[in-house]
Amino acid sequence: MLIGANFRELMREPAVLFWGIIFPILMSIGLGAAFSAKQDVIRKVGIINSNNSLSNDSSTIKKFLLLYTTKEYHANENITYYSYKIKNEKLGNSIFLFQETNWKDAIVALKRGRINVVMEEKNNGILYSFDPSNPDAQLTYIKLTKFFPAQSYISEENTDNIKLLTLEGTRYIDFLIPGLLAMGVMMSSMWGISYTIIERRSKKLLRRLVSTPMKKSYFLISIITVRFAMNFIEAALLFLFAHIAFGIHIQGNIPALITVFLAGNIAFSGLAVFISSNTSKTEIGNALINVVVMPMMILSGIFFSYHNFPDWFIPIIQKFPLTIMADDIRSIFIEGAGFAEIFIHSLLLSITGILFFITGVKFFKWY
Amino acid sequence: MIIQAREVYKSFKNVDAVKGISLSIAQGQFVALLGPNGAGKTTMVEMIEGIQKPDKGEILISGKTWKGNEDELHHLIGLSLQETHFIDKLTVQETLRLFASFYGEKKARVTEVIQLINLEEKRKSYVVNLSGGQRQRLALGIALLNHPKVLILDEPTTGLDPNARRDIWRILLELKKQSNTSLLLTTHYMEEAEQLCDYIIIMNNGSILKEGTLDQLLNDENGSKTVEFTLEGIYDSIDDDEAFSEIRWNNNTQQGTVYLNDIEKDMISFLALLEKNNLHLKNLEIRRKSLDDLFTSLTGRHLDE
Repeated sequence: MLIGANFRELMREPAVLFWGIIFPILMSIGLGAAFSAKQDVIRKVGIINSNNSLSNDSSTIKKFLLLYTTKEYHANENITYYSYKIKNEKLGNSIFLFQETNWKDAIVALKRGRINVVMEEKNNGILYSFDPSNPDAQLTYIKLTKFFPAQSYISEENTDNIKLLTLEGTRYIDFLIPGLLAMGVMMSSMWGISYTIIERRSKKLLRRLVSTPMKKSYFLISIITVRFAMNFIEAALLFLFAHIAFGIHIQGNIPALITVFLAGNIAFSGLAVFISSNTSKTEIGNALINVVVMPMMILSGIFFSYHNFPDWFIPIIQKFPLTIMADDIRSIFIEGAGFAEIFIHSLLLSITGILFFITGVKFFKWY
Repeated sequence: MIIQAREVYKSFKNVDAVKGISLSIAQGQFVALLGPNGAGKTTMVEMIEGIQKPDKGEILISGKTWKGNEDELHHLIGLSLQETHFIDKLTVQETLRLFASFYGEKKARVTEVIQLINLEEKRKSYVVNLSGGQRQRLALGIALLNHPKVLILDEPTTGLDPNARRDIWRILLELKKQSNTSLLLTTHYMEEAEQLCDYIIIMNNGSILKEGTLDQLLNDENGSKTVEFTLEGIYDSIDDDEAFSEIRWNNNTQQGTVYLNDIEKDMISFLALLEKNNLHLKNLEIRRKSLDDLFTSLTGRHLDE
């Protein structure tokens, strides 16, 4: 009986039903259609062309590129790749995209997670550089060694040809922490602000509050201010921990970092007010927040680089507020970026937030 | 007149909640809106409070409409809604201070109000740990913070036990003695309206059924005394006789009710009527007519149904 009653209650709440059942199905159809059609795994590899080592005809890499790859220009990245495709019907195709580069650019690409292995022709063979704690990089390395076999069979794993990249800024943790900082702001703004508003509306506290001379905007601003402060403390603690435990440093400009941080807070606070402007049901609030938060968590390059997604999809991902924020924090942390690099992005984030805030307030249901 | 409403209408999707209500409340007057659940009381007071807009009609607070005067009117009114949950993990004192800040009231007023609502001992308790009665007193305290000219309370004692209810009444009666505040109160407890209010408006189905002072309401032409009786034997109805038309017979409770004006004279004819029809009394009770009796005589229903 109890189970039946609870079930009935759920079924009789059409909005809950929609967001809880229909929406996940729609989302899986959407994402499935986007990704199942193109399940090619793309692995981007940097090839160091120092002292024109590639122009030497005896170069193993050069021979491979000439014989087996086709040149492809990727307009959105402005890079010409050598493309090599391995067909595999069972596991999906693998596409290797090789890019000629130099060490300086390669390091930036590594830090951003755009490539995860760098190859360099040396007199005694090929030198692979990658972060050993990144499993994807290890897999790429193993696959590459299949096309460029060592001269002799090895009974013991030969590690002379591997250069472990533990250089600060190229490790996975260096990639992860800035993303986590950005995600922290998103999560705590969205949940903290939306939940407080929806809960107070459902308890009729909102209507009691606006029956006093309280200024309506002050109410929202006070909630947002508290959230700003909490986000700042949370981020500071996370950074402190990462600094002590993993030796993470901020290589770029700290005021610029604070600017990005504030802009991200504005963007997500505005979004949170917008989302919670109308509903008084926490279930609907949950679902709405998830709709916004989940895709960004997966797609915005927090845990792994979004460069592995199909090319047509990347420009879309790059417009998500979380992507903008995470990329900017990351560039300040590990690439030493300053105001010039983040200014326009931060302005955009702030404007987005303010627009959402204004729209949200316009449709805000106090009663 | 601190509050004036003229011909106010309000409908929702499938109900006409308020159908042409007019009322006025003078400064210092205590008025009750008495009626069963669903009579439209809450909709009516929420329109007066500015929370809802009437479809038709006019509402004036201190001579002003809500439109354009919100700030000013919020300062004149103190209110408690039918159910409000305040912030769980704030103390009584913190909650009152928060609301006091909206009115620009100082700490001293908060201390005063805490005394007034008799919550000194609970001053530092979280709201979540208060009993139902204490919570209602807190809501009342918040309503009183700004020395309102008119206090609007929507069912302030619904769901409270008799002691907690009397605590609230005591506070309101004290207020009546000491200040010139007006009160508009909704309730479905007739005792509440009788005890507290100078003027009572009985509502049913979105309209005013009857209004007046308690005496005016109870001493109308339909009799001022209520006689309730039970009979020997079981009867489906007893209205075979024309003369019984004034008697209400409830075949579930096997109880009859009749309203009389002159006990001596009317009682004799009532007893004669029973004898003539060969009905024998098992029990008989005479009491003063109540507001519930009045409501029942007008609608056939009880106030708390």
